[in-house]
Amino acid sequence: MRPFDYERATDTAGAVATLTERPDAVFLAGGTNLVDHLKLGVAEPRLVVDINRLDLTEIDELDDEGLRIGAMVRNSDAAADPRIRRRYPMLSRALLSGASGQLRNAATMGGNLLQRTRCVYFQDTSTPCNKREPDSGCSAIGGYTRYHAILGASPECVATHPSDMAVALAALDATVVVLGAAGERRIPVAELHRLPGDHPEQDTVLDHGDLITALELPPPRPGRSTYRKIRDRASYAFALVSVAATVDVDTSGPTPVIREAAIALGGIAHKPWRARAAEAVLRGAEPNEETFLAAADAELEAAEPLEGNRFKVPMTRGAIATVLSELTGTDEPETTTEDTHE
Amino acid sequence: MAHSLHLTVDGQEHKLAVDPRTTLLDALRDRLGVMSAKKGCDHGQCGACTVLVDGRRLNSCLALALTHDGSEVTTSDGLAPAGELSTLHRTFLAQDAFQCGYCTPGQVCSAAGMLQEAAEDAPSVVTEDLEGPIELSDAEIRERMSGNLCRCGAYVNIVAAVSQAAEESR
Repeated sequence: MRPFDYERATDTAGAVATLTERPDAVFLAGGTNLVDHLKLGVAEPRLVVDINRLDLTEIDELDDEGLRIGAMVRNSDAAADPRIRRRYPMLSRALLSGASGQLRNAATMGGNLLQRTRCVYFQDTSTPCNKREPDSGCSAIGGYTRYHAILGASPECVATHPSDMAVALAALDATVVVLGAAGERRIPVAELHRLPGDHPEQDTVLDHGDLITALELPPPRPGRSTYRKIRDRASYAFALVSVAATVDVDTSGPTPVIREAAIALGGIAHKPWRARAAEAVLRGAEPNEETFLAAADAELEAAEPLEGNRFKVPMTRGAIATVLSELTGTDEPETTTEDTHE
Repeated sequence: MAHSLHLTVDGQEHKLAVDPRTTLLDALRDRLGVMSAKKGCDHGQCGACTVLVDGRRLNSCLALALTHDGSEVTTSDGLAPAGELSTLHRTFLAQDAFQCGYCTPGQVCSAAGMLQEAAEDAPSVVTEDLEGPIELSDAEIRERMSGNLCRCGAYVNIVAAVSQAAEESR
């Protein structure tokens, strides 16, 4: 591990000022990703600014039934918060499906968003990787691509964003509160992460020195929601494909009609993938398998799978249809619970 | 530059100076001679290094020691003060929940932290009702212990040991 200096931040403005002055500095939150990168040589900062003592650990009510979650709230604490369990079960489930109990006790809400891809080539400094070292090449293309993107990739990078939490937040229309050198601003989670394009080294639209201070959740949407994750092991593995979905069905007329739907996909792109094309098909349609598959097909029309991940196209299609069937009760007789996990 | 670090480990206070690169695990093993916490993968994938920090289970290999300056660290050894075995130590023995034993201190600390989380009704991803009380079924135990690998494959007996400890501590 390359030597670095260590500072403990005592206030948010000071932390931002320190990083803004030092291009070679990084923030350290839960450390579950960064400490590993320090060991692997993927990150080689000269200064580590530890933000673990910053007062960003509260979960507060917003005026409209929404919630503001401090960036340093641990993933386990957010998942267990009674308000989040009741109002945003999809977020609780997404958090609980990530990593392990120990890791969730350390990982923070802000850090989870900013974790980096688990692409094996990105983490192996002996192989070329455009994300780790711009213009060095992409070892994944033509290599091992089981965990890689089928949507929105570029010839420079086919990596995926590994977070479960971020997928739920994208579907919930959550916002990140960011403190930067020029003050505070808000960014929708769905717009926080970038597609790789020509600059895969940039995961997000944040500037160096920007500090995520909180997440804001809008009031819970009507309807039912859930998070479904498909992975290679029953637990403690990153998603091959995941689906976060909320659906609201109007059952007042002679035939039920989908009033509103929000869907985000994980494990298939460089960012949590908000499935707007699928949502457009669902809105105003009758909830049935035909509709759900048409919605999935609309989203997957642009899919460009790689040699090692062709299976993700039918897997995503099936996952979207299955989750929607469960949420709308078209797979079984009437169900009543809001959260359809099984 | 070395920084001062204050840790209480298994009830004993320590003051030392560490390079910022020192992980909590390396501080315990290499600097303080506390060998109960084990180094398995050193990348947060196996759980052998699990300790309780201020009562919560953490992977000590993925934490800088300085982040936890002032904290109280409990290893599996610390769960058996004065040689008195804890419930989990007894049930791991009773259920034959290990072969080589290398992952066991991490398993025990993880189980201790997990039982506390369940007692506080924290759900897991396999919990049917997110807002209901927690029943520690075998499926719940397997999910909640999934951050601890056992390469001998003693999982079946680890689940039995944790289940017995949960039963006894009710």
